[in-house]
Amino acid sequence: MQLVLEKRAERSTTIALVSPLIAIGLTLITMSILFAILGKNPISALGVYFIDPLTDSYSLQEIAVKATPLVMIAIGLSFCYLANAWNIGAEGQFLIGAVCGSWLAVKTHGTDAGYWVLPAMLLLGAIGGALYALIPAICKVRFGASEILTSLMLVYVADLLLDYLVRGPWRDPKGFNFPTTAEFDPVATVPILIEGGRLHLGAVITLLVVVAGAVLLGKTIKGFEIRVVGAAPRAARFGGFNSNQLILLTFAISGALAGMAGIIEVAGPVGHLQPGISPGYGFTAIIVAFLGRLNPVGILIAGLFLALTFIGGEQAQIAMKIPLDVTKVFQGILLFYVLACDSLILYRFRLISSSPKVSSGAA
Amino acid sequence: MKKILLAATAALLAAGVSFGASAADKLKVGFIYLGPIGDLGWTYQHDLGRLAMLKELGDKVETTYLENVSEGPDSERSIEQLARAGNKLIFTTSFGYMEPTLKVAKKYPNVHFEHATGYKRDKNVSTYSGRFYQGRYIQGIIAGKVSKTGVLGYIGSFPIPEVISGINATMLAAQTINPNIKVKIIWVNTWFDPGKEADAAKALIDQGADVIMQHTDSPAAMQVAAERGKLAFGQDSEMIKFGPKTQLTSIMNNWGPYYTKRVKAELDGTWSSNDEWDGLKEKMLVMAPYLNMPDDVKKLAEDTEAAIVAGTLHPFKCPITAQDGKEVECKGGKNLDDGQILGMNFYVKGIDDKIPGK
Repeated sequence: MQLVLEKRAERSTTIALVSPLIAIGLTLITMSILFAILGKNPISALGVYFIDPLTDSYSLQEIAVKATPLVMIAIGLSFCYLANAWNIGAEGQFLIGAVCGSWLAVKTHGTDAGYWVLPAMLLLGAIGGALYALIPAICKVRFGASEILTSLMLVYVADLLLDYLVRGPWRDPKGFNFPTTAEFDPVATVPILIEGGRLHLGAVITLLVVVAGAVLLGKTIKGFEIRVVGAAPRAARFGGFNSNQLILLTFAISGALAGMAGIIEVAGPVGHLQPGISPGYGFTAIIVAFLGRLNPVGILIAGLFLALTFIGGEQAQIAMKIPLDVTKVFQGILLFYVLACDSLILYRFRLISSSPKVSSGAA
Repeated sequence: MKKILLAATAALLAAGVSFGASAADKLKVGFIYLGPIGDLGWTYQHDLGRLAMLKELGDKVETTYLENVSEGPDSERSIEQLARAGNKLIFTTSFGYMEPTLKVAKKYPNVHFEHATGYKRDKNVSTYSGRFYQGRYIQGIIAGKVSKTGVLGYIGSFPIPEVISGINATMLAAQTINPNIKVKIIWVNTWFDPGKEADAAKALIDQGADVIMQHTDSPAAMQVAAERGKLAFGQDSEMIKFGPKTQLTSIMNNWGPYYTKRVKAELDGTWSSNDEWDGLKEKMLVMAPYLNMPDDVKKLAEDTEAAIVAGTLHPFKCPITAQDGKEVECKGGKNLDDGQILGMNFYVKGIDDKIPGK
C-alpha cells in the first residue's frame, strides 16, 4: 500500500470552501497540544484567545482598529495579485501616504483651518500612495524591471524619508528633539465613532472599500479584464486587453488604498507622525490578501481573524502569562495549514495498492 | 457535539472563576517593555527591577508584563489592556509611550501610571528617569586619563537632551584631565541595532578614537572595541563578558529600588503623581566595577563617584561655556538647574560637531 498525492482533473470546489475550516481545525488541535505542553489548560487558553475578545465591546473595537489597515491594504493588493502584478511594497506606499497626508496636518497645525483638513489629508494620502506605487509599475512597463524588487526596495526609501522628516523639518519644536511631529489638531484627526473607545471612521471607510472592491472585481468589465490578464494572459491578449495599462491601474489602486490606510492610521490611532507607525502592516496585508483568497469579502474575514489572534494573544499574555512568541507561532502554524490544505484543492491523496510486478521490479 | 460544547463552556467558566479568585487580593502591577526581556540592555534592566521589587513585595503583589511592544499604534492598546485587566499601577518603560500613556490615563482615572524618561505628567501619571549624566561624568574622567590618541568615539542614539547632556558631561570631565581632548560622534538613530552600532564603532576607531562610548543598548560596540584592542564603556547593564579586557566600567540602570518604593506607596495608598529623577546617590544608577585601567585612574574614578554622591561635585558646575564661546546662563546658582539639563540642546566648548537638525 502506498499513499500518493495526485493531481485532480479539475479544482475541487468543495475542498476550496472547506479547506480554511480544516486549516483552522488543525491549528486549534496543534495549539491545544502546545498549550498542554506549556502546562496551560488548552480549553481556557483557546477561550482567552478566541472567545473572550468577542465578548466585550472594547475588544471588538480593538479588533476592528487592528484589522482596518490590514484589510484596506490587502484589498488593494488583491487587485495587483489577480492581475499578476506583484506589488510587495505596500508598506512603503503606506508610509508615503502617511507622510503626504501629514504634510497638511503639520502645515495647518495651530492655525484655525476648518473641517476640510481631514478629507484633504485622506485625499493627499491616497494620491501620494498611488504615485509612489506607480514608480515600480512604470519601471516594469517601460523597462521590464522586476516590480517585486523595485517595489520592495522603495519601502526602505519611504522609511528613510519619513525618518528624515520627523527628525528634521517637521520635528515638534516643543518636543525636546524627539523624532515626532506635534500632535495633530482636532480637525486633522480621524473622528472616534464610540465615545471612550478607539473605533474610528477608518473602519467605516474600510467597509466601503470592501464593497467597492467586490463590485469592481465582480461586476465590472475592468474587474473582468484584471482577472483575465492574471489567469490567462494569452487569452487577454487575444481579447485585446492592454495588460500594461492594467498593471499601472492595479498598482495605482493598490498604492492609493495603502496610502489612505497610512494616513488614517497616523491621523487616527497614532495622532502624530513618528518613525515606527507601522508594525509591518504592508507585509502582514500580503498574508491577509492570500488568506482571503484575493476576494474582498474573504479578505475582510481574514483581516478580522488575524486581528483577533493579535488581540487574543495579548490578552493571553496578560491573563495566562502565555509568552508573546506563542502568538507568533500560532500565526505561523495557521498559515502553514492554510497552504497545506489548499494543496488539496488541486491535488488529492490516494491509496495505491502496490502491484507485485512493480515491487519485484524495484527489488 | 452539543455536549462537548457545553462541557467546554463549563470548563471555561470554572477556569475563569478560579483564576479570578486567586488574583483578587493581591495588588496588580503591570509593565510595558519596549524590547524582549532578553535584550541584555534597557528592557532587561527594567525586568530585573521588576523582579527585585517582587522579591520584596511578592506576597502582596502580582505582576504582568507585555514585552516587545512597539512605540507605534499598538502601544495604546497594550497599555489599556493592562488597565482593563485590573492592574492598578502600570509602568510604561520607554519614551515613545508618552502620548499613549497619557491617553489611557485620562480614560482610567483610578489607575496610576509611571512613565520612564518622559516629560509630560498628569494627576495619575508620574515620570521617572535616571541622572545618567552623573555616570557619564565619571566616564569622561576615566576616558581623559586612558586615551592615548586624545580622541574619544561616541555612538549617539537620538539627539535628545538626555543623550546631549551625556556627551557634554563626558567632555566637561575629560577636559579637566586633557584640555585638548576631542570627541567624534556618530548618530545611529536607533536604540538597539547591533549591526549599525558595530559599524559606528568601526568607523570611530578608523577615525583615531581609542576609547568607545555609547548611548545605545547592545554590546556590539564593546565587541568591536575588543577585537580591535581598544577600550570601551558598557551601557545600561554589565557588559564585561563581551569585553573582559575592554570594559572600563558601565552605567547600569537599577530600577529595583524605585519600583519597590512606588509599589509600596501604592499599597499604602500614598501614591501621588511625581517627577522623580534619581542618580548615583539613590542608586538608580550603579557603576560597574572599574577595570582595565591603572590604579591611579581607578582611584580618581572612585573619588569622583564619591564626590557626586556626597553632592560636593556637580557635573554641570558653572561657569560652562557653550560651543559658540558664550557662557551659559547659570539658573541653579552654582550649577545648571534640572530644567536646563532636561532640555539641553547645545554642545559645550571643545566639541567640533553640530547637533543634527539644529
